[in-house]
Amino acid sequence: MTPTTSPQPTARRATGTRATRVLGIVTLVMLGWLLLFGLVLSPADIDQGDAVRIMYVHVPTVWLAYLAFIVTAVCSGLYLFGRRHSLGFDRVAGASAEIGVVFMALTLISGSLWGRITWGVYWQWDARLTTTALLFVTYIGYLAVRGLEGTRERRARRSAVIGLLAVVEIPLVHWSVRLWRSLHQEATILDTDLDVDIDGLMLFTLFSGVVAFTLLFVWLLLHRTRTIALDDLLASRGLDRAIAERRSEVTSSGSIGGGS
Amino acid sequence: MSAGRLRAARRIAVKDLLVERRSRVLVNQVLPFSGLVMVVFAFALGTGGVLERAAPGLMWLAVLFSTLITVQRSFAIETADGALESLRVAGIDPVALFLGKAAALAVELIALITVLLGLAVVLYGAEPRAEGVVLLVTTAISATCGLAALGTIYGGLAAGGPGRETLLPLLILPVAAPVLIGATRGVEAALGTDRTAVSEGWPWVGLLTVFAVAVGVSGALAFGTLIED
Repeated sequence: MTPTTSPQPTARRATGTRATRVLGIVTLVMLGWLLLFGLVLSPADIDQGDAVRIMYVHVPTVWLAYLAFIVTAVCSGLYLFGRRHSLGFDRVAGASAEIGVVFMALTLISGSLWGRITWGVYWQWDARLTTTALLFVTYIGYLAVRGLEGTRERRARRSAVIGLLAVVEIPLVHWSVRLWRSLHQEATILDTDLDVDIDGLMLFTLFSGVVAFTLLFVWLLLHRTRTIALDDLLASRGLDRAIAERRSEVTSSGSIGGGS
Repeated sequence: MSAGRLRAARRIAVKDLLVERRSRVLVNQVLPFSGLVMVVFAFALGTGGVLERAAPGLMWLAVLFSTLITVQRSFAIETADGALESLRVAGIDPVALFLGKAAALAVELIALITVLLGLAVVLYGAEPRAEGVVLLVTTAISATCGLAALGTIYGGLAAGGPGRETLLPLLILPVAAPVLIGATRGVEAALGTDRTAVSEGWPWVGLLTVFAVAVGVSGALAFGTLIED
C-alpha cells in the first residue's frame, strides 16, 4: 500500500509532534490524578454510596461529547462559509464528530449503569436521556454521510450541510422531548442561583475529570485530524500512482501500436 | 420569492403527482403496506383497550414508515434515467426543486394520512369527535409539511448514488421525533384519547408548525448542495 513512486518519504509523516506528546503526557497524568481522587480520596455519597463515583466519568464524557458536536458544527460552518473552503475545517469537523459519538456512547453506558443503581432501572424516558440518545443516532447518521463515496470536496460540502442541519434540528428534538416529559434531576452544579450543594472534594474531583477529559479530547482531535489528512494524502497519492501506471501502460501499448 | 421559482416548483409538483397517477405506486404498494403495518400492530399489542389508547401513536408510526418508502419512491423517479441531472441542466433552481418535490410529497402524505385515520377508526376503535375536527386537520397538515420537508432534504441526499437508500431511515427517524411526538399528542387531544381536552392539542400544533418552518427553510437553503453529486 505504500506509494513507492512518491518522491517524498512517508515514514516521517507521523501524527505526533513534540507538542502532542507533551499534551499526551499531561493528559495521562490528569487521568491518573482523576483515578486517585475519584476512586480513593473523594468521599462516598451519603445516599448513593460509591455509585456516585460514576459521576466523575459520566459528567466529563457528556461534556466532552457536547463540546465535540459544537466543534463539528462550528467547523462545518467555517468550511461552508469560509472564503477558502479549507478542507482542514472539514477534517476537524469529522474527527470531532467521531470522538463525540464514542464519548456519547460512553455517556449512555455510564449513565444507564448509574441509573440502574440510583433509580433502579437502566433507562428512564426523561427528556435529557431521550434527547441524548437521539443526538447519538443523529451523529452516527452524520458519520455515515461522511463515509459516502465522492471527492473530498463533495464529502466536505455534503457533511458540512448535514452537520449544520443537525444544529437546527437538535434544539427542536430537545424541545419536543422536553414537552413530552421531564423527570431528570436538575443540574446540580450549573444551577441558575449558583448555590452549589455538592461536597468540596467531590466538586474538585469532578472538575479534575472535566479538565482531564477535555485534554484527552484535544489530544484525540489532533491525532485523528492528522490521520484523516494522511488518509486523504494516501488516497490522492494512490490516484496519482494509478494515473502514472495507466499512462505508462498507454505509452508502451501506444509504441507497440505505432510499430505495427 | 420570485414568481418564476414558484411556477417551476408547481410544475415539478404536478409532474411528480402525474407520475404517481400513472404508476399508482402509492395506491398499489405504499397504502397496502401502511394498512398492513396497522394490522401487524394489532398482532403485537393484542386487541382491547391498548389499541384504542395507542391508536394515534400507531397511526403516526405507520405514517412515518410509509413516508420513508414514499420519499424513496419520489427520488427513485428522479435518479432513473438521470432525470435529476436533466432538471438541473435545464436550469431549474434547487429551491424550486425542493419546494416542488416537498409539495408533491405533502399531497401524497395527506392522502395516506386520511386513509390511515379511517383505518384507525375501523381497526382500533378510535372515535373522532366534532369539537376536535379543526385540531385534527391542523395537526395533520402541519405534521405533513414537516415530514415532507424533512423527507425531501434527506431523500435528495440519498438519491445521489447507489446504495444510499439504506441511509434514509437512519437520517430521518431521529430528527422526525418532534413530528411523531407532536402529531400523536395533537391527534390524541382531537380524539379525546384518555379524556384529553381539545385545548391540550394546540401547543403541539405550535411545535409542529415551528418544526415545519425551520426544516422547510433550512432544507430550501441546503438542498442545492445535497443533490449536487
